[in-house]
Amino acid sequence: MEFWRKPLDADQVKVPHGQIYVIKERCKGCSFCVEYCPRDVLEMSEEFNKKGYHPPVAVRQEDCVACGLCELICPEFAIHVELIKEEEEATQKPEV
Amino acid sequence: MTTPGEVTTAEPMAPEQHPMSRFLREDRMPHIWCSSCGLGTTLTCFIMAVVESGIDPKDMAVISGIGCTGRVAGYLNFDSFHTTHGRAIPFATGLALANPDLRVVVYSGDGDLVAIGGNHFIHAARRNMDILCVCVNNFTYGMTGGQAGPTTPITAKATTAPYGSYEYPFNIPYLAVASGANYVARWTALHMRRLKNSFREAINKKGFRVIEIISPCPTAFARKNRLGTGLDVLKYYHANSIIQHGADPKDADIEMGGKIIVGKFLDVDRPCYRDYVTESISRQLGGK
Repeated sequence: MEFWRKPLDADQVKVPHGQIYVIKERCKGCSFCVEYCPRDVLEMSEEFNKKGYHPPVAVRQEDCVACGLCELICPEFAIHVELIKEEEEATQKPEV
Repeated sequence: MTTPGEVTTAEPMAPEQHPMSRFLREDRMPHIWCSSCGLGTTLTCFIMAVVESGIDPKDMAVISGIGCTGRVAGYLNFDSFHTTHGRAIPFATGLALANPDLRVVVYSGDGDLVAIGGNHFIHAARRNMDILCVCVNNFTYGMTGGQAGPTTPITAKATTAPYGSYEYPFNIPYLAVASGANYVARWTALHMRRLKNSFREAINKKGFRVIEIISPCPTAFARKNRLGTGLDVLKYYHANSIIQHGADPKDADIEMGGKIIVGKFLDVDRPCYRDYVTESISRQLGGK
C-alpha cells in the first residue's frame, strides 16, 4: 500500500498478514470474495474444479490483511483466512 | 463427525479444514444452494455470531421449515429439526416451553414463515414467545420453481405471475412490530458484519425476536426478473440499501427497483410469555 507521506505512527502499527486457503472442490464460482475483497487479493482462476466452476486464487497473497471478509461472505464455506503470527512472519520475509 | 461444542485443537489448520467445520455437518457439504445464493452467507454470519457470543451449541436448537432455507437445520451440526411446511414456529414454541434454558432459533424462509406459517408467526409474536426467528426473504418460492409468494413485490414477475404480481406484499418488520415482537431488524445478505452483530445481540435477548434477511435468489427471482447473477443483486443492495436504525417499519416497504431500508427497527424488553405464566401462577397461589 502506498502513502502520500509516511504515517506518524508507522513504526508502531504493524499490518497483519493472512494466509488464504481455498477449498477448491466446494467452490461454486460466485465470485463474491473476488468482488468484495477490500485489498483485491483474489482473482478468478482459469482452472476448473470437479464441478466445472472456476475457484478463486490468491494472486496478491502478500496484500492480505486477514480481515476475514472473504470467509464471511463465502456462501459455500470454501475459503478461510488464517492470521500469520508475528514471529512466523519474521522468519518468512524481511521487514518492508 | 464432530460433536457440537467440541474444542478445536491448537494444531495448524489443514487447508481442507474450514474453521466452521465443527458447526457443520461436513458429510452433507457441498450444500444444494445455487451458485451465488445468499443463504450460505447468512449461515456463516449466524455461526460466527454463535461462536463470538460464546454460547455452547448444546444449549441451542435450530428449527427449520420447508424450502431452500429449511435446509439450514440439516447442515448445522447443532440440535436441529426439520419440520413440516410452516410449522417451525409451533415446534419451536413447544421446545421453548418444555425447556426454558434452551435457546430456540427458527431459521426459515419467507414462504415458510409468513405464507403457510403466517398464522403461527403473528401469534408467536403476540404471545412474545422466547424464540429467535430468522426469516430469509428472497421474495419467491425458490425451491418449487419461483412461484409468487406473499413477499413478492408488486410488478415483480414470477412463474405464477407472468405479467407481474399485483398483490400487495407483506412488510415483515412492520408485521412483526405490529404483532408485538421484542426485537425487529432487517439486513441484506451483503451486510455481513452488521448482520452478525444483530444475531449476537438478538441471541442474548428474551422474547420474540425477528431478523429479516434480504437474500438474492439467482435461479428463481433474479432470473425471472432479469436482475442478473447473485453478484449483480448484491451490487444492487450495495447501491440501494439505506441503514436507518429506529426507522418506522411502516415506511420500510420493498418495491421493485426501489430503496431498501435496513437496520434495527425495534429493540424493547416487553415481558415474554413465560413471565406472564409465572406471574399468573403465583397470583393463583396467592403471591407465593
